[in-house]
Formats: sequence, structure tokens, C-alpha cells
Amino acid sequence: MRYLNWCLIGIFLCSIIVTGCATTTATQAFETDESQVQLRSIQTRAFDTIDKSIMMQVVISTLQDLDFVIDKADYTIGSVTGSKFLSNTLVKMTVTVRPRGEKQLIVRANAQYGTHTLVDPEEYQNFFTLLGKSLFLTAHEVD
Amino acid sequence: MKRFIWLTIVGVSTLFFIGCATVPKDILKPSEDYLAIRQIQMRKYDTTDQEMMISAVAGVVQDLGFTIDESESEIGLVVASKEAEAINAGEVTLAVIADILSAIGGTYTDHTSDADATQRVRASVITKPSLEGNNTVVRVTFQRIVWSFDGEINKMETVKEEEIYQIFYDYLSKAVFLEAHKI
Repeated sequence: MRYLNWCLIGIFLCSIIVTGCATTTATQAFETDESQVQLRSIQTRAFDTIDKSIMMQVVISTLQDLDFVIDKADYTIGSVTGSKFLSNTLVKMTVTVRPRGEKQLIVRANAQYGTHTLVDPEEYQNFFTLLGKSLFLTAHEVD
Repeated sequence: MKRFIWLTIVGVSTLFFIGCATVPKDILKPSEDYLAIRQIQMRKYDTTDQEMMISAVAGVVQDLGFTIDESESEIGLVVASKEAEAINAGEVTLAVIADILSAIGGTYTDHTSDADATQRVRASVITKPSLEGNNTVVRVTFQRIVWSFDGEINKMETVKEEEIYQIFYDYLSKAVFLEAHKI
């Protein structure tokens, strides 16, 4: 009898974990850990330059320095997408460049590690620091 | 009974870890040798003719048997890929020997199916004017996925072997010469 009780407890615990990690599968793709505003501020920086062409070139070389292979780039949209492998897991990253007013460019980056969206502010800070170094410019936080 | 409790705890915690795998740190931090790798992947050409350079690059990837997946001339980007064999005779021989030895020992193993069989190599090439504006800089990066004989992914990696990049640039130097002479 006690054996049966323990079995039930085991099944109960397992089901808590299984249901805890899954709602319907389609909505899982739209779940985010951070608020929209928070995520934007983590992933976005403004730079004091209006040279989109140079900015995109530097974005590309920064991604390459981080071991990314460039998959796609579009000058009109200002987007660059790259991918790399980290211990058999695919890391994908998109960076977009667009003007902000008449004196600045806004750079936004977002990355995915396997099925996880990268939300750690420190990671994005590392990226923007390297980007700023290559540009000889400071990355400004965007409010 | 105690053993059963322990097994339940271990099982449940395993499920927990599988369900919520974590993301490693420093994904967007350059490796210590990134400047050395940049040197291997990059060359400077004595021309300001961007259009000629990007067509030379497109010609080289075709020379090497790659097909072009993506290109954006305004940025100077060409992405190409190629499927190739990845069979290493030494590795296969060792795998076969290991399987035979296990068979003799009375156990069944199948190391041979796990050996590298095919690969897809992807090349991404960027051409751009140098900072001084009087040269063109080319940077190529290669990436590959290797599959075993039974179709499992064995490896996913950035190619770091210097000789591979050297082959590409030997071809490119020749192509630039050919383009200049309209061959």
C-alpha cells in the first residue's frame, strides 16, 4: 500500500513539472520572459553617426569576430542575420540598423540559442561594447 | 523502499533539468584568438572596383563547386554552400575494427554507422572598401555540418583550418587576375 502511495506522489510530481513547462505548443512560440519595453532597451543602442553603410559593415565584421557566419543582409531594411554553432547548438542573431532623427542611428540586436531567446542584458552589452570599439563610438542607452 | 524514494527524486530532478535547460554564458563575447582568426579570414586587394571584386568572388565559389544561396551586392555579400563527402578512411577502419572486436567478444556495437560520412559546407563572403578607401577588403567565413552514415549530426562547427582559407584566396587572386583580363 505504501509503495502505491509513493508511486502516486511520483506521478503527481512529474505531472506538475510537465504541465508547468507547457501550455499549448503554438503559444509557446510567442512567450517572452521580459516585457516588450524591457527587451527593447536591453537589445537597442543609439550611436552618434548617420552613415548607415559604415554601420552595417561594422555590424557584419563584429558578427564575424563573434564567429557568426552571415546568412542574409539587406541594405534597404538595414538588417543582417548571422548564425554560429556552439557545442552543436545553433545560435542565430539578427541586427537591424535604422535612422533616429537626423544625427543618430539605432542598432537593435536579438539572438537565439537553440530554442531559447537570449534575454541576458550582459550578453547584449558585450555585443554593443565590441561594436562600439570597432566604430570608435560610444553606445548610448535608449529610453 | 528507501531506494525507490531516491530513484523518484533523481528521476524528477532529471525531468526538471531537461525541461528547463539553461543558456551558457558569454555567447556574444569574442574568443581570445578572434584577432588571429580575423587575419586568417581576411585579405586586402589592390583595387577599388567593388563590382569586379564581388563578381570575382561569385566566380570563385562556383569554381570551388558551391552554389549561391544568397547575395546582396549593395553590401557585398555572397553566401554559398556545397554538399561533400566527409569520409576519413582511418576513422572508418578503426570503427570497423572496434565493431569486429566487440563481435568477437560477444557484444554488438555499431561504431561504423557513427563515423563521419557527409558534410555541408557554407561559405559567407563579404567585400567592402578598406577604411582608407583605396583598397578592397574581403573576408570569408566557412561553417560546416557533418553527418554520420546513419544520418545523425556528428559535428557543427566554424572551419578554422588556415589552409582552407588559403585555398579560397589562391583561387580569388587568380579570379581577380582573370576578371581584370576579361577571361
